[in-house]
Amino acid sequence: MSARHYRKVAAVALATTVGLGLAACGSSSGNAAASAGGKTTIVVDCAPLKTDNGGKTLQQWNADVAAFEKIHPDVVIRSISVGAQCDNPPDFTARLQGGTQADVFYGYMTDLNQVLDADQAADITKYVNKDTVPNWDQITDVAKSAFTEDGKIYAVPFYSYTMGLVYNKKLFTQAGLDPSKPPATWQDVRTAAKAIAALGNGIVGYQDYSAQNTGGWHFTAELYARGGADVSADGKTATVNTPQAQAVLQTLHDMRFVDNSMGAKQLLGWADLLNNAGGGKVGMYIGAPDTVQSIVNQFKGSYADWAMAPMPGDNGPAQATLGGGNGYFFKKGDTPAQIKAGLEWLSFEELTPGQGQFNYVAQKAEGLPVGLPLSQLFTVGSATGKQIDTLAQQNTNLTLTDYAPYVNNPVKAIIEPPNAQAIYAVLDGPMGAVLTQPNANITQLLSDANTKIQTILSQGS
Amino acid sequence: MAATTVAPSAKAPARPVMQRGRAHRPGRLRRRAADNLTGYAFLVGGVLCFAFFSWYPMVREFIMSFQRTRRGVTTWVGWDNYVRVWHDPAFTAAWKNTIEFTLLALVLGYALPFLIAVLLNEFRHARGYLRVLVYIPVMLPPASGLFLFKYAYDPGNGVFNEVLRALHLPTSQWVQSEAMTIPSLVIASTWLNMGSAVLIYLAALQNVPGELYEAAELDGAGLLRRIWHVTVPQTRLILSLMFLLQIVATMQLFIEPFILAGGSGVQNHAESIVYLIYQHAFSFNHDLNGAAALGVMLMLVLLVFSGLYTWLSPKQD
Repeated sequence: MSARHYRKVAAVALATTVGLGLAACGSSSGNAAASAGGKTTIVVDCAPLKTDNGGKTLQQWNADVAAFEKIHPDVVIRSISVGAQCDNPPDFTARLQGGTQADVFYGYMTDLNQVLDADQAADITKYVNKDTVPNWDQITDVAKSAFTEDGKIYAVPFYSYTMGLVYNKKLFTQAGLDPSKPPATWQDVRTAAKAIAALGNGIVGYQDYSAQNTGGWHFTAELYARGGADVSADGKTATVNTPQAQAVLQTLHDMRFVDNSMGAKQLLGWADLLNNAGGGKVGMYIGAPDTVQSIVNQFKGSYADWAMAPMPGDNGPAQATLGGGNGYFFKKGDTPAQIKAGLEWLSFEELTPGQGQFNYVAQKAEGLPVGLPLSQLFTVGSATGKQIDTLAQQNTNLTLTDYAPYVNNPVKAIIEPPNAQAIYAVLDGPMGAVLTQPNANITQLLSDANTKIQTILSQGS
Repeated sequence: MAATTVAPSAKAPARPVMQRGRAHRPGRLRRRAADNLTGYAFLVGGVLCFAFFSWYPMVREFIMSFQRTRRGVTTWVGWDNYVRVWHDPAFTAAWKNTIEFTLLALVLGYALPFLIAVLLNEFRHARGYLRVLVYIPVMLPPASGLFLFKYAYDPGNGVFNEVLRALHLPTSQWVQSEAMTIPSLVIASTWLNMGSAVLIYLAALQNVPGELYEAAELDGAGLLRRIWHVTVPQTRLILSLMFLLQIVATMQLFIEPFILAGGSGVQNHAESIVYLIYQHAFSFNHDLNGAAALGVMLMLVLLVFSGLYTWLSPKQD
């Protein structure tokens, strides 16, 4: 290559590099293609992964997309799913900041604040009606309110849970306990935990979180159960320095150090506990029904081992429990046609009995569990709720009585407090302390936590 | 008169030179630019990468630390973010732990690799094999290495406590204990990272002229005196640079507490500044502005050490 030719190549390379760099900085999507060829295209995220259930779940999703497009020939659904994008909050925040989320994007009930701050959600209030979402009125107010601000709707909820007591039937039986009579109070939990831990072999009777803000999350659920709360109703005052909070920590401390029923290894985060549960080493924990799915799908557990009861209370049924869930937002800038198409898709895939997430016939054929009380999205006694229950009973491949105590004794759900994660980070402290320090001063821990939470509330974040 | 005749003649030769310079500069510049075009072409990729992924984010971080974005509206808020993160309940603990980790990592993570390098340098046999052995942990992905430590630190039946029990020594709660949290993080971090430092020290040691050791030996110096009077002075610059790099690297403590201590440990005993930044950015209602303020604070502290590094670097040349 001559020097002159070489320089020319170098110059072209330079121009290409600059061009690529500038292109990388440019906007990668737009709505120009949203209505190309008379068709409305929407990009929907969080489709199942190729690896989920050996690809069968994705296959079913794609079949649903095809069926929907047949009914709505003017709509094209492009579904995307990349890695653990739907379960990894930092990814979600990064996408919001970069404005790279899909036209119809998945989020938690607790995400509304950050989605609105990032100015990335479309107001869909005027598009939500009987035509687009026929059973909107039957969705619980808790689920709808989580995605509503100042009367404006920003997302369609499609999954709603409440926390309860998840327990291992097999370990109950081995410990001489009756799995059909799960613990109803925290005193019962303590007694059962002690019996299960006596099995030895690294088995713990009860396990709880204390790291990565999950400790504070569970503390809050257990506090709700005893009638307490992290903050006052107006969200302005910290309220964790109370007898109810004292009782939460005292019970955990006594299970850990007096009964020795919680094991030595603490500072557990979400995956740690479920991993131990999947290995058959955990008798009980607090969780939502979907954690049983995670135990089986991610941590090699077995559905046959697990059952659920309502959240235990202080001296009887729990006064409340922590609720949460997910929904689909609409990206700001979506055209009215895209919003309408998105609502129709969500109604088809996520909200209609016998279809999509409620297609129990297909799920049973795929070998997925049918009958887990995964979602409490629709109000108890509503027509849609009843239809879903009937379909579940007709197609179940689980023992429904395992979940009957949880299903038949619904506990009032309260969603997370404001600034939840910052408050949970503070509450990880007392949770970690009572589970690792035999001489933990609970009164002092709660007093300190209360002061810190008050600082967070007054500073905002 | 003399002055009037001398002055023009003194200036006269200057003018044509300047004119000649002016006349030829564009051509020469063009030729020089053309000659260096290939170099610029290769440079532009790197410069763009630094610009987009290092310099721009830094400038953006600085700007964001004085802004607040709420409901899509960004406003200038002065020092508010700095005041807010200053009042974060974990702020003091995060700085205290970061400094404690840095100091302890200097004692262990800085001195140990040097001593190992000196020892390896003394070996006449199997030197290559030992170098590989020391470097293996560096090749391990940090997360994998730390998960090994996580199991080893299990206060129930972890490897470390099993060994202590076998030796009839008291066991430890490791990362679950207030006193042992930071030392546990330092031990894991040192094991994971010291391989690179050992190799750098070894390279420096091999540049020390052998005759200096021979002379010292002839003067009757033992091993320790040889190290103190020959090795340390001869590798002083590398030691200084590694010292500063060690400080800059260890102050960015994140993955060790994240994996080993669940992020902040028991009552924030493992909380680090970088983990607090992560919490603000991704957990605390996506408080990116607070995270930026914390980032600027850390950057200013590290800039002092980086400045020292830059000041020391040319001296090595």
